[in-house]
Parts: sequence; structure tokens; C-alpha cells
Amino acid sequence: MVSRVKQLVVYALSPLLLLSFVGQLARAEDAHASGWSLLNMTEGVTGVSHDIYDLHMTVVWICVWISVVVYGVMFYSMFAHRKSRGAKASNFHESTVVELLWTIVPVLILIWVAFPSTRVLIDLYDTSEADIDIKVTGYQWKWQYEYLGEGVEFMSELTTSEAAIYNLEPKTEYYLSEVNEPLVLPIGKKVRFLLTAKDVIHAWWVPELGVKRDAVPGFINETWAKIDEPGIYRGFCAELCGKGHAFMPIVVNAVSEEEYAVWLAAKKEAAAAQREMAKQSFTFEQLMAKGEESYNRSCAGCHAANGEGIPGAFPALKGSAVALGPVAKHLDVVVNGTAGTAMQAFGGQLSEVDLAAIITYERNAWGNDVGDMVQPIDVLKFKQGQ
Amino acid sequence: MAHGPAKGIGRWLFATNHKDIGTMYLWFSFAMFLLGGAFAMIIRAELFAPGMQLIKPEFFNQMTTMHGLIMVFGAIMPSFVGLANWMVPLQIGAPDMALPRMNNLSFWILPFGFALLASTLFMEGGAPNFGWTFYAPLSTTYAPDTVNFFIFGVHIIGASSIMGSINIIATILNLRAPGMTMMKLPLFVWTWLITAFLLVAVMPVLAGAVTMMLMDINFGTSFFDAAGGGDPVLFQHIFWFFGHPEVYIIILPAFGVISEIIPTFSRKPLFGYSSMVYATSAIAFLSFIVWAHHMFTTGMPIAGELYFMYATMLIAVPTGVKVFNWITTMFRGSLTFETPMLFAIAVVILFTFGGFTGLMLAVAPADIQYHDSYFVVGHFHYVMVAGAVFSMSGAVYYWLPKWTGKMYDETMGKMQFWIAFVGFNIAFIPQHFLGLAGMPRRYADYALQFSDWNMVSSIGAFMYGAAQLMFLYNVISTIVSGKPSTEEKTWEGAQGLEWTLPSPAPFHTFSTPPNVK
Repeated sequence: MVSRVKQLVVYALSPLLLLSFVGQLARAEDAHASGWSLLNMTEGVTGVSHDIYDLHMTVVWICVWISVVVYGVMFYSMFAHRKSRGAKASNFHESTVVELLWTIVPVLILIWVAFPSTRVLIDLYDTSEADIDIKVTGYQWKWQYEYLGEGVEFMSELTTSEAAIYNLEPKTEYYLSEVNEPLVLPIGKKVRFLLTAKDVIHAWWVPELGVKRDAVPGFINETWAKIDEPGIYRGFCAELCGKGHAFMPIVVNAVSEEEYAVWLAAKKEAAAAQREMAKQSFTFEQLMAKGEESYNRSCAGCHAANGEGIPGAFPALKGSAVALGPVAKHLDVVVNGTAGTAMQAFGGQLSEVDLAAIITYERNAWGNDVGDMVQPIDVLKFKQGQ
Repeated sequence: MAHGPAKGIGRWLFATNHKDIGTMYLWFSFAMFLLGGAFAMIIRAELFAPGMQLIKPEFFNQMTTMHGLIMVFGAIMPSFVGLANWMVPLQIGAPDMALPRMNNLSFWILPFGFALLASTLFMEGGAPNFGWTFYAPLSTTYAPDTVNFFIFGVHIIGASSIMGSINIIATILNLRAPGMTMMKLPLFVWTWLITAFLLVAVMPVLAGAVTMMLMDINFGTSFFDAAGGGDPVLFQHIFWFFGHPEVYIIILPAFGVISEIIPTFSRKPLFGYSSMVYATSAIAFLSFIVWAHHMFTTGMPIAGELYFMYATMLIAVPTGVKVFNWITTMFRGSLTFETPMLFAIAVVILFTFGGFTGLMLAVAPADIQYHDSYFVVGHFHYVMVAGAVFSMSGAVYYWLPKWTGKMYDETMGKMQFWIAFVGFNIAFIPQHFLGLAGMPRRYADYALQFSDWNMVSSIGAFMYGAAQLMFLYNVISTIVSGKPSTEEKTWEGAQGLEWTLPSPAPFHTFSTPPNVK
């Protein structure tokens, strides 16, 4: 029995001790640790994330020491005051002094913790004097980044294939934490994030930046980060947002200021080219091919690759009144969404080329046979005509 | 002893006897516990390895939602109501509950509430898939149509809880035996009295929240829709104004059970009885003014954030007092370690651990990292399962001889305890690591660096699940073929009126009130 008690002591304390020791070890390790060695919070690469880490470790150590005392007394009693060892029960059952003592001491410890917590929190809330403003918009199930005042915006979506998720292909290193286009940020600059969402609540979390903030539809939240070291930092959506919740990762590419300037210039040029492209015409075959690709990326999540939707949740497009009806209504639904349902407004998310291709595809795929097509210029006119 | 129980099914359908109703509550909640547990097994099986193997993400979300709803509203809450039905009259020397017919109603609407909820699993669109916290607009604009069944289910369950609570309050305030003053009440009775007031206060708030959802979904209002002038965050305030007291509703009766078991097997009176009562009241009061600590990342103004951080940290004080009192009760006692005592000690150890992580979560800046990660999942299973479910298991072993007149098999009981204890820790300690490493909760699939600890967690969960089947076996085999245990006082150190009654407790007890000195 004695050995069992010892085991119990070790067992009960081990998680806390392990946590703290690993905290020390983790300092020496690189940021991309994995598997068994992932035990503690990251120290991160911003001032705030370091402060949070220190606060975290302070509280962990306080808990470790309290638990040594509390569990210590408990296990001592369990060992020394067993009936089988002939222990006779005392009869004491109150002591005002002791009660007061173990009310006051915890209060003092809490006040001790409250000071640094307050300081860090105030710092964390100070979004003033930012160098760069990024608007982050959560969608089911992707992120949109807009560099305010620069005319640059793009969608950032998961690139891990369906096949890898369903185990038909091997999983690569950054399974479920890779995107088509990362958020590029310069180091050493105060970046303010303005967060919102278009449908449900999402939360933008990058542990190494010490940033987690809810993206709430209809409201704008603010937070900030000033990254110290260049690198690629990965994060996730942290608020349940539907079936794609686990499939909308965040990738931040932190680069030097010079690299950032070069990247931003290139993005601006690309944006201008994209606007030009909307004025061209495409053949039916081109639109169908492009449409299939874009549909599978942006629409198939709900309406399914075969256009049959998910019964009871998302309507089928195969044989649907909208897809087979007048093109103006079809444009309206895709561009503006349908209020009060899960159908988003894709007008601001996709380019005119993509929108035209998707609508053409939906009208002519899976046995739908309207036979007409929509050109990017039609979409542009529709948007401007509103 | 006017008459015995009715014959046949009528005994249960028309039951007004507190023991029969208590028994039905206990069996019903255990059935729900197995159902919610089955959902948990599906979740952990899917998370055993990265990639989707068994189910689709949309069904995964239904499983996490139903697991939470069934466990909170179907398993834990009714199980403690069942315990209260059985034990409160016995512990205060009352012949029955104060409102026996309402007692019947409050039980019998429950199966219908849960049938309504569970039936959505077989409907087009599937079961609720928006998490047990059902944040709008995911649960309104973006919910499957079956959400209306969920809403009516919650209404029925809430009505049942409110009636059950009113009954408990009425019983405790009116039916105490002569001489049983308030400050002589056993702590289980005290904690339930306070819990019942919490329930009466907050269940209507939950009912309000789901009614507003119903209006938003079906009648064109915009309580939670910014496009119509509403606010999705308003939903969270309302939900957590219910939800935070709710977690104390779950844990306070468990504290009461522990405060009964520890003195019995320490053969020593509970240390600091009155401070226990005050601490319980303090926890109940604080539970109303800390709700927004569940919302540290919603972008509250900093003044709100600071206030909720300080207020939340304060909860550690009365909770600490309770833990210190239990340990001091054991100190210089004469301890034995029967199965109920093992569960009680495990509650003190593991709940305290859950309290530590709770303190960590209270620190708002650090919560920025913990929030909605697996760290939170680990934390609340330490308080909900290791706090409430472990103490419920302990309570069943503790009072089973009084209920049945038969003794459970001590070896089997201890074995069940150790499998549950080890399995539980293997399941939930790694979840703290996962959360700190950056894995969000409610994820149907995860990045590869989280594989190892998820696998360990799943193995522990299967072990803990197996322990519950063993628990069922232990209870049934005790009832069917347990050794008779007919002495009034089953446990050497037991105190209290229930131990002055014969075992098994007769159908009618305390028809003549006992005199409490």
C-alpha cells in the first residue's frame, strides 16, 4: 500500500512538474517542435506573446507550489493517519484562525498575480499608432486579408486535398496548416488587425503572435502584433464555425521590411492585371473548365462536387430553379447571397472571371442544360448596375 | 407504514414516492450517461489518428454538440436530482418530498425532452451541430431546421429542472424534522438548497435565450443578427449568464457528496462546517458576476475584461477553503479506503487540478492563448467529470447498501475505481498539452504535430468508457446477487439520519418525524 501511495504522489504531481520542466526545455528548442515534445505554450515571437508566456509560467509555478503543500498534507494524512496503522481519530472540527489564514493567503497570492496580468492586458489592448492596418474577414471556411489603403486583398484557403483528408493520399508535413496564399507581414512594424466575419463567428488565432480575437459578423474587433523574427507562423480558426471549422488554417509569412515592399508592389500590379482580365471574353469551353475548378474550390463544400448539396442543410443545384431559371436571378444569388440563409455573398470574395465561370458551370453541369453562358463583363455590369 | 408500492408499471408511471422517483432519475441519467459516452467514444475514435476515418466533419460536429448537451442536461443534472430525491428527505427526517405530484411530472417530462432532442439524429439535416454552447448565428441563421426540436427539448428539460428545484427548496425549508435547524443540515442538503436557488434563477434565462433564437429563426426578429440591428455577442452574454451558474449547479451537489463521504471514512467530523456553508454561498453568489470570462476574446472593452478577470480570480478563494477543509478533515483522522472514499479522494485531487487550470484561465491575457483550445477541454473535464461524475460514482457506492440492503463487491468496486482513475487521466492530461501546443477545440481533424497526444487521449478515453460498463455491472450485480447488508449503519464512521433507518430503506420512512438533538 505504501508504494501505491508513493506512486499516487508522483502521479498526481507529475503533470504539473512535467509542464514546468518542459517549459524550461522548450526555451532551447526551435519553434517547429512536434509530437511528444509539444507540451507547453509557445513563447512566440512578439512582445505580447513573451509577456503572456511569462505570466503563464508564473501561474503554473504558483500552482505547483500550492499543490506541493496541499497534496503533501493530503498524502501525509493518507499515509500516517490510516486506521490500519492504528490511527485514532481526533475530534477537532473548527478553527477560526486557520480558516482566516487560508482565506487571506490566497487573496494575497491573487493580488500578486493580478498586477502583471493587468499590465499585459492593457498593453495587449493598445492598438494605437499602428504602422499597417490589415482587415481580416472570416468566411465559411477561409480567410480574406485586405491591406487597407493599398488596394490589395486576397482569399487565403486550405490547400490540403480532400484525398489527403480522407486518407487516399499520404499526408504531407503541413497537413491542414497550409494555404494557397499566406498573410505576408513585415517584421518590426506594429500591425493592427481589424477583424470581422461575413457569416458566423470565427476566431483568428496565431499562437506565436500571441493573437486570438473573435471575428464577429457585423462588428469590427481590433488587436495587434509586432513580430520580432522573420519566419512562417501557423494558426487556426478557434471558434466553431460549421463543418469546415478545422479546415481554415492561418499562415503568416513574416519577412524583412524590404522583402515586404517588393511583395506588396508585385501584388498591386497583379491586382491591376486582374481588373483588366475582367474585360476579356472567354469561350464556353474555357468558362466551363475554369468554372469546374472554381466551383470545386469555393462552392462544392456545401453544394457538393456533384451539385446535389447536402439534404436538409444545403440545397442541390442540379435541377434547381435558380440554376435553370433567368440568369439575372442566378447572378443575384451568387453575387449578393441569400439573406437569412447560409448562402454567402460571393461578389466580394471572387473575381469577375471566377464568378462568370462558376455561374456558367452551374447552368450547364450535372445534366443542367440551359446552354447559355455568362461573361466576366456581364458580372461587372450586374455589380455596377446595382 | 400505511401501504407498500403499487404493483406493475403503475408504480412507476404514477409514482409519487421520493425513493421511486429518485430511482427513476438515477437510472434515466445513467442511460443518458451511456448515450453521451457513446458519442464521446465516436469522437475519440475519429480523433485517434489524423485524417477523417469513420465519420464526416458535419457528423463530428453533431457528436460534440450532442455529447455536451446529453452529458450536462441528461446525465449529470438529473443524476444529482435523483440523488436529492432519495437522500434529502432521509437526511432531514422528512416522510417524502414536499410536492410529490410535481415530482412525478418533473421526472416524466424528461424522457420526452430528450426523445425530442435525440430524434434529430434521424432527421434530414441531422442533430444540432453548433456546439453545446450554441452560439448565434451558427445556431440560428446557419442552423439545420432541426434546431427547432432542440429548442423545444431545452424548454422541456428546463421546465423539469425548475420544478425539481422548487420541490427541493420547498422540502428543505418546510419538512425538516423537529430540531433539525438550518445549521445542522447535512452539507449535501445545504449544497442542494443553494444549487436549487441557482437553478430557479438561471434556467429561465436559458429559456429566454432559446426563445429569442426561435424568434430569430422563425418570426423574423434580429436579436442576434447584426444586419437587423441585433448582436451575436449578446447571445453569448445571455448564454453565459445562464452557463456559468450552470457549472456550479453541476459541481455544488458534488461538493456536498464529498463532504458526506470524507468525514465518514476519516471517522472524524467535517472540519469547518459553517465555513463550508459560507463558502458554498460565496461560490453561488460569485457565479452570477463572472460570466464574461468565457468571452475574453470577443473584444470586450478593457474595463469589462479587467473586471471579469478580477472577479473570476476571486472564486479561487472560497473554492480553496473547501479543499482545505476536506484535507483538514482527513488530517489526524482514522482513514480507511473503501470505494466511495477512493472516489472522494480522487475528486479532491483531480478537482483541485481542474481548479488550478481554472485559475490559469482566469488570467485574461493568458486566456488569449488558452481560449477555445484543447486546454479548455482538459480543464472542464477535470471539473465536470473528475468533480461531478466521480463524486456521483462515489455517492452510488456509498448509499447503495442503504438503497438496496445489499453490499457491492469491494474488490470489483476498487478495480472499477482504478480503471476509471487511470483512464481518465490518460484521456485528459494530454489534452492540456494539445491546447498549449495550439490545437483548437471542436476540431474534426488536426495537423500532424498533434497526432501523438491525441492517440494517447483516445486510449485513455476508451479505458474510462470501459470503466463505466464495469460500474453498471457492479450496480446490477449488487442488486441481483449482492451480499445482504441489513445493519442500519453501513459504515462505521457514518453520521446522519439516513443511517438510523433500516437497510434497505423501507418504502415509507420518517412517517413519524425523528427528534434531532
